[in-house]
Amino acid sequence: MNVAQLVKSFTLWEFVKAHALTLKYFFKPKATLNYPYEKNAISPRFRGEHVLRRYPNGEERCIACKLCEAVCPAWAITIEAEPREDGSRRTTRYDIDMTKCIYCGFCQEACPVDAIVEGPNFEFSTETREELLYDKAKLLANGDKWERAVAANLEADAPYR
Amino acid sequence: MTETFVYWGMDPDWAWFLATVAGILLIALPLMLAVAMVIYVDRKVWAAMALRRGPNVVGPFGLLQSFADGLKVFLQETIIPTAANKGLFLIAPIITFTVALMAWAVIPFNSGAVLANINVGLLYIFAISSLGVYGVVISGWASNSKYPFFSAMRASAQMISYEVSIGFIIVCVVLWANSFNLNAIVWAQKGHIFGLINGFAFNPLLFPVWVLFLISSLAETQRAPFDLTEAESELVAGYQTEYSSMSFALFWLGEYANVLLMCALNATLFFGGWLPPLDIGFLYLVPGWIWLFAKIFFFFLVFSWIKATVPRFRYDQLMRLGWKIFLPMSLIFVVIVSGFLMFTRYGA
Repeated sequence: MNVAQLVKSFTLWEFVKAHALTLKYFFKPKATLNYPYEKNAISPRFRGEHVLRRYPNGEERCIACKLCEAVCPAWAITIEAEPREDGSRRTTRYDIDMTKCIYCGFCQEACPVDAIVEGPNFEFSTETREELLYDKAKLLANGDKWERAVAANLEADAPYR
Repeated sequence: MTETFVYWGMDPDWAWFLATVAGILLIALPLMLAVAMVIYVDRKVWAAMALRRGPNVVGPFGLLQSFADGLKVFLQETIIPTAANKGLFLIAPIITFTVALMAWAVIPFNSGAVLANINVGLLYIFAISSLGVYGVVISGWASNSKYPFFSAMRASAQMISYEVSIGFIIVCVVLWANSFNLNAIVWAQKGHIFGLINGFAFNPLLFPVWVLFLISSLAETQRAPFDLTEAESELVAGYQTEYSSMSFALFWLGEYANVLLMCALNATLFFGGWLPPLDIGFLYLVPGWIWLFAKIFFFFLVFSWIKATVPRFRYDQLMRLGWKIFLPMSLIFVVIVSGFLMFTRYGA
C-alpha cells in the first residue's frame, strides 16, 4: 500500500467524495412524476382499457365476425351473435374478462371495422374482481365516453398502420 | 419540579414521585413525536438523494405520513406464529422499546434539566445500550424461524464488537472531561477551542475519536452501511420478519429512538450538547434544549445522508472493521489522549 492510498483510506476520502455526490443529488430537481396530479404523455398507440365504438349515426360498429375472439391469445373475449330483426348480424353478448386480458392489442388489429379498440384510459382499477368482467353494455359505454380520444388516436396512428 | 409540588402543599415523597413521572412524560411524549417526524425526514432525505419525491400526499408535504402509517399498523391484527414462544415473542419488542427510552433519562436538555443527574451517566447509557441487544436476540429466538434467528446472531455479534470500541472512545471523552456525568461533560466543552468554540470534536486530538464514534454509533443502531441485521436481500426483514401490528411498530419506534439517542450522544459528547456552537454571550439567550434539538436533528440528517449514500457491508467486512481497525484505533487514541493529558494537565 503506497502513501497516497494510505492517506486516502485514513481520511475516508472515497466516503467523503460519495457524500458530496449525494448532497449534489439532494438539491437536483426530482425525476419522479407527481402521479395523481401529473401524468406522462402517452403514445396514440397506447393499449389501455377496451372500448366498443359506434358509427356517428349511433349504429354499433361490431359485426360479430369473432376475429378478435379467435385471435385473443388469453381467451379473454367471449362473443355470441344472431341476426337482428332487420337482418343484420350483431352480437348479443360481447364479454371481455379484463383479468385475463394481456393488453396485446391483437383484437384491435384483427378488427375489420375498428369496433374494438384499446383506448388511452389506464385508470380503471376496481375494488372487486367481478367489476373487471366487462360486458357489452360496459364496453359500449366506454366507447361513448372515450370516442373522441380514441378517434383522434386512431387518426394520428393511421399513417403508420 | 419537586419543590413546586411541595410548595403546593404535597408530601415530599409524593411530590418527588409526581415530579419524576411528569419528567418522564415530558421526555417520552415529545420523543415519540420526534420519532414519528424523524421517520418522515429519513424517508424524505433518502428519496431526495435518489431523485425521488418521498411521501408527499398525507397532510402538507406529507408531514402526517408517519401518523397514517402508525394508524394503519395499529389497526392490523397481531399475528403470533404457531411455533413461536408466545411470552418471549411478545416481550421482545417491549424490551427494545423500553430500553431505547430508558437511556434518555440521563441526557441533559439544559443546565440541570435532566431527569436523573447521576454521576455515572455515561456508564449508565453504555449499560443500557448493551441491554438493547436482548430485545433483538429474544425476538430472533422466540420467532422460531430461521431468518430472524440469523439476524439475531448477526445483531448480537455486531453490537458486542462495536461496543468495545465505543467503550474506549468514551474513555477518551471521560479522560478529557474528568467526569462520567453528562452535564459535567457538556460543561467541560465550554469554550474548548481558544475559549470560543464549544465541543470536543473541534479538538484535533479528539476529532478522529469523534469520527470513530460516529461510525460505531451507526453500527450500534444497525443503520446503513451496517444494517445487515435486516438485509432484505438475505434475511427478508431480519428479526422483525414474524412481527406485525403494534409489536412491529414498537420495534420501529425503539429503533428510531435509539438512533435519536445516538445522535444526542454525538451532540452531547463531542459537540457541546445544549451549549450553543460558539461561546458568545448572546447565543446563550436561545434556550439550551433548542441547541440540543438542532444538533440532534443535524446528526440525524447526517445519519440519513449516510444511509442514502453507502452500500451495505458484508458480514466479514463488518467484523474486520470492528475488531481489526476500530479496536486498535480506539486503543491507540486512548493512549494518545491519556498521554497528552498526562503531560499537559497533570505535569509529567
